[in-house]
Amino acid sequence: MIQDAFGLIFTGEDNPLMHDLTLSRAVAAVPYGGRYRVIDFILSDFVNSGIFTVGLITQKNYHSLMDHLGTGKEWDLNRKRGGLFLLPPFSTKDNTGVYRGDIDAYHSVMQFVRHSNQKYLVLSGSHTLFNTTFEQIVKQHKETGADITIMYNEDPEFNPEEQNRDLRLLFDEDGRRVRELEWNPRYPRSNYRSCEIIIIDKALFEDLVEESYSRGGLDFVRDILLTHVHELNIMGWRYDGYVARIDSVNTYFKHNMELLKKKDAYDIYNMKHPIYTKVKDEIPAKYGEHADVHNVVMADGCNIDGTVENSILFRGVKVERGAVVKNAIIMQGSTIRSGAKLDHVILDKGVTVTEGRTLNGYEGIPLVFRKNLTI
Amino acid sequence: MKKKIVCMLLAGGQGSRLGVLTSSMAKPAVPFGGKFRIIDFPLSNCVNSEIDTVGVLTQYRPLALNAYLGTGQHWDLDRSNGGVFVLPPYMTEHDGRWYSGTANAIWQNRSFVDQYNPDYVLILSGDHIYKMNYTKMLRFHIEHEAAATIAVLRVPWEEAHRFGIMNTDEDGKIVSFEEKPKEPKSNNASMGIYIFNWKELRSYMERDDADPSSENDFGKNIIPAMLNAGEKMVAYPFEGYWKDVGTIQSLWEANMDMLGDPPVLQLDDPSWRIYTRNPVMPPHYVGTEATVVNSLVSEGCVALGEVEHSVLFCGASLYENTVVRDSVIFPNAVVGEGSVVHKAIIGENAVIGENVRIGDPLKEGEVIDNRLTGDIALIGNDVNIPAGTVIPAGAVVTQQTLAQFVNGGTNA
Repeated sequence: MIQDAFGLIFTGEDNPLMHDLTLSRAVAAVPYGGRYRVIDFILSDFVNSGIFTVGLITQKNYHSLMDHLGTGKEWDLNRKRGGLFLLPPFSTKDNTGVYRGDIDAYHSVMQFVRHSNQKYLVLSGSHTLFNTTFEQIVKQHKETGADITIMYNEDPEFNPEEQNRDLRLLFDEDGRRVRELEWNPRYPRSNYRSCEIIIIDKALFEDLVEESYSRGGLDFVRDILLTHVHELNIMGWRYDGYVARIDSVNTYFKHNMELLKKKDAYDIYNMKHPIYTKVKDEIPAKYGEHADVHNVVMADGCNIDGTVENSILFRGVKVERGAVVKNAIIMQGSTIRSGAKLDHVILDKGVTVTEGRTLNGYEGIPLVFRKNLTI
Repeated sequence: MKKKIVCMLLAGGQGSRLGVLTSSMAKPAVPFGGKFRIIDFPLSNCVNSEIDTVGVLTQYRPLALNAYLGTGQHWDLDRSNGGVFVLPPYMTEHDGRWYSGTANAIWQNRSFVDQYNPDYVLILSGDHIYKMNYTKMLRFHIEHEAAATIAVLRVPWEEAHRFGIMNTDEDGKIVSFEEKPKEPKSNNASMGIYIFNWKELRSYMERDDADPSSENDFGKNIIPAMLNAGEKMVAYPFEGYWKDVGTIQSLWEANMDMLGDPPVLQLDDPSWRIYTRNPVMPPHYVGTEATVVNSLVSEGCVALGEVEHSVLFCGASLYENTVVRDSVIFPNAVVGEGSVVHKAIIGENAVIGENVRIGDPLKEGEVIDNRLTGDIALIGNDVNIPAGTVIPAGAVVTQQTLAQFVNGGTNA
């Protein structure tokens, strides 16, 4: 358990490649894996590491995030000592209430950073999911005396069309010290991608952010890490578990579907480090007389009397008799009426597919239907 | 701070008729309906009826119940003023004793009730499955200006002899009370749900406590005493699902009542949710070769075989080529590859090895009437059944009795 570190999560990232999935919510609030939101994995990683002081910077569309997190009690973060600190933007004499970048945001919440008692800061983004603890990376950070330690994994997949906050690490011969960094490279020279977790001494963080802010710096990776890569002792910490990067609708679809295919993907649910989320008090999923369900991840509160294959069903989904759902992600409270046929689709929350409709996406091009639509 | 009404929940019982399922916990903590515990029902009814102060009376393994209830946050009962409290028996400088009866349990905790200075107390027992709005019952109690109101349910005449029967006049006033009468005069069965005016109940309990011949029981002593004294006591008629789950048979039936379309017991009502300590588990997974019909499946389950007309609790795992029918699989139980489970209750954390057969369907004309379970096979909590074992219908398997069944019973 880590006692001398606290966390700071930046959820202000914009991502146009998420299309309608982020129409009314931050990426951090996007539902994932049948009963979670993206943020649940990040927060649980902190809590399972023993880090109980966590600041969460929100930018826009943070209503659904606040609603989801509440006082943080589901994550055991409703603490007197520490706890969850929601840090929405507010206007001050030098800030208009909208962050122009993460440096701007970090500058605005420096009060929170200064007030925390811990020496080390764990910075996190909000579109990279994994299930681990930060004990090893913090231990390595202390032992090597690095200024900054970046968690990374090996990810050979590269799609230039869908590049999003892609930070790549190139190492010295010893394989640990970072020699060079690439930010959204056109032709990447490394398969080692940052997992958006950075360990840094709190004092150094404050110096770097304030210095960069005073020169008009906006982006922590570009204006601090890339600028100072040769002066700072930046180390990498390699993670070999499953990592899901929610960069686009496609990667979102892919990483959900991998839960059904790949053993290592299912490890993201690893009960050794449970993933906490807001509880809904639904009854268990109910299978009817005509249910025909194969290779499906399904949450409580579902009511199934039709055919469902290779799909992820969130809480309270209803599939009527005679409906067929294949290769789909169906979010909370959606209803598929009798005779409807779905293949390669993503239904956001509360969508109703009326009787007899056929909705077909294709491999690599899932169809997305936005929240509360009736089709 | 004054409360209008305080609830006292009698959760004392070891539930001996539930036998091996209560070996380490009180009956109210027995799992029910895929993700609940029995005590979730009275607690959720209280919260949904806006009763926010609940004393839970227990003298059997209070730790398990205490750990389960915690701060009460899962039922929204973590209140600054009120909330849920586990009340085991305790010592004072003068004396201290076990709860000698239901009324004595309340009497020993009168100071708990007194601190809220309530007008009314609601007395519940912790082993019934039902949804009920106690506020409506309280309104009925107040409108009738009664000293006590007892909720009653019309039961089939042929079953009336198993219940406490309230004989009422045409206005609903109780004229007499008979515990399990051989020849019932009415089929109004007491549901074990009482509302009393606290002041009056307190004085009757005080007199009852002073009587050494009393069993200090609501049904046997307090209610007859109040009737004899001519207190106005009324029967509150309840309509809807209600089941005493004090036996293996009725526990199994009540679980099955959640299946079917529409089910006899419907719990997916957003305006009357049943709250519980939700396990932190991923969604359930149904395998490529699996078939699941007419069943309830909870989070954390992995189902790779065939499941029909069954209730799977959180974290239950059924491996390849398993067949589970008409059964209740409790939390975190495992059914190994190739095993067949028929009409059984599999206890928490029990592990069924490979190719085990449990509860083979009865042959024609065969009758099994185990005193405890009828023809339901019961595997106790934490029991490991070795591969290849055959467990007949109606058998009760615990760590102690397991040897009788292993190797075809040759060890017996």
